[in-house]
Amino acid sequence: MRLTVDHLHITLDRRPILRDVNLEAAEGDIVGLVGPNGSGKSTLLRSVYRSLRPADGVVRVGGDDVWELSSRTAARRTAAVLQDAGTVSGLTVTEIVALGRTPHHGLMDRDGAEDHRAVAEAVDRCGVGPFADRDYVTLSGGERQRVLLARALAQQPRLLVLDELTNHLDIRARFELLDLIRRTGITTLAALHDLDLAARLCDHLVVLHEGAVVAAGPVLKVLTPDLLREVFGVRADTERHADGVVRITYAAQPLALEREALEREAEPADR
Amino acid sequence: MAGRLRMSLGIVGLLVVLLAVMVVAVSIGAVNIPVADVWAVLLHHVTGRGATGDPALDQIVWTFRAPRVVLAALVGAGLAVAGAVLQTLVSNPLADPIVLGSSYGASLGAVLVITLGGAALGGLGGLGVSGAAFVGALAAGALVFALGQRQGRLAPTRLVLAGVAVGYVLLSMTSFVQLMATPTELRTVMFWMLGSVAGAQWDQLPTVAVVVIGSTVLLTFFGRRLNALLAGDESATALGVDVNRLRAVLLVISALLTGTVIAVAGGVGFVGLMIPHLVRLTTGADHRRLLPLTALLGAVYLVVVDLLSRTLTRPNELPLGILTAMLGAPFFLWLLRRNKGLDTA
Repeated sequence: MRLTVDHLHITLDRRPILRDVNLEAAEGDIVGLVGPNGSGKSTLLRSVYRSLRPADGVVRVGGDDVWELSSRTAARRTAAVLQDAGTVSGLTVTEIVALGRTPHHGLMDRDGAEDHRAVAEAVDRCGVGPFADRDYVTLSGGERQRVLLARALAQQPRLLVLDELTNHLDIRARFELLDLIRRTGITTLAALHDLDLAARLCDHLVVLHEGAVVAAGPVLKVLTPDLLREVFGVRADTERHADGVVRITYAAQPLALEREALEREAEPADR
Repeated sequence: MAGRLRMSLGIVGLLVVLLAVMVVAVSIGAVNIPVADVWAVLLHHVTGRGATGDPALDQIVWTFRAPRVVLAALVGAGLAVAGAVLQTLVSNPLADPIVLGSSYGASLGAVLVITLGGAALGGLGGLGVSGAAFVGALAAGALVFALGQRQGRLAPTRLVLAGVAVGYVLLSMTSFVQLMATPTELRTVMFWMLGSVAGAQWDQLPTVAVVVIGSTVLLTFFGRRLNALLAGDESATALGVDVNRLRAVLLVISALLTGTVIAVAGGVGFVGLMIPHLVRLTTGADHRRLLPLTALLGAVYLVVVDLLSRTLTRPNELPLGILTAMLGAPFFLWLLRRNKGLDTA
């Protein structure tokens, strides 16, 4: 489902966090949201899954302003995998996946055949069947992320919001998870720290810096050496390899350290 | 589906156990009455069929013991359910009805009426001990809600800390009032603060029953959303739950439930903390199972504890709060050691 973020302004504690953000994801697109820590990525995601009300501007999912929809209707369109994993144990993997059915029910409804089908399909797709009856807290990091993704898929969303889905995962688990997301075909907005991973997963990238969009477009057009230097403070080259994947080659040191080293050399030695 | 069958079996099983324990509890006392006679009297009063038999026996069973046993069951159920819901609402496994400050608010109200009497307090005295306790519980709850907010949203950590702080203030005020009490009054105060169902009357039971059973059913309907809350506030929001509104609504229901129960039975501790964890450790945290089972187990537990409180040191009675922890804690600790899921996160 199409996602449109239109002139979005968000303020927290009277501090502007996002300024005039525009963003588009067409049906089936995977859009990566990259930017340094504190650039406003999570805040932008929160406004998309209807957790933060914007000071100005609109977030539209499937053409409707998310704040014109009820919280349940919005959650039937948009599912999110976030970093707050909750604190209380006691739910099995299947029960956690079944949480994805929450927006499909009112207070009095009981689970029906459609719920069981959606949960079984999500369990199957994410390969969490082998540990379906285990307690969530006993799982490894990679297994947990697959469970949370299965929960999101059981929601049967038309838009997926992912916040640092692959943090703390080993490289194989990362690739498997990315492959899983690609194969769902669902429109996705993913905040990612790892630029290589972003380049591998996404059709388009949006770069946030200090609460504003500084670049947006196809991966190779966005991740230029200039942008990497200005936004991320690193010297790096990007190129598309023969297998079609864009790879980034970083210089040995971040720019700030290089600059310091230069300054030290320039200073008189006797001080 | 297998889960639903298991749950129905669990509920039916616990209901049978509860009924059995209640009948046995009515039969045991200063005069032991055969279970068959107890059953005959209860059946006569409930269905109107059969003969009353011996009026003395009828009086012991129906007027003295039955209301007490029923109240014990309702109080146990109410405290356990309130504890289960609060633990989830403030995402803190240590939460129980005390976190809202309600217990201490109720204590202060009750102790004021017991020691100073109606005259000194005007309106509050007119309510009697129960009424004053209920007002105290709700006032404390409202104060904690007001202090537990941040930018119009109820913040769990802030709420717990506000509850603890308000609780301490109320407790110190209660202690101060106790200094002015006579020895006889002090004994009443102590019984009240540690909880007792000795004063149960039939005419107070319908209100308590409606509140306890009604809120348990209502809270169970919110089970799916409470489950979503286990995933964390942000994830619950993304699952379509209006977290702030849910928390406010359920806290108000829990405060009313707690206030009602404490008003009639005093500050029975430990049930609200222990019973929900006991059920979680054995059947998991899905609230649609957890809440009904917690209610029934809490009821069974307090009926047994009340039976022991009036038989262990006969003819003297012990306050409930002394036994709830002394009996429950060892079993709880044993279960805790057996459980491998905790703290592996």
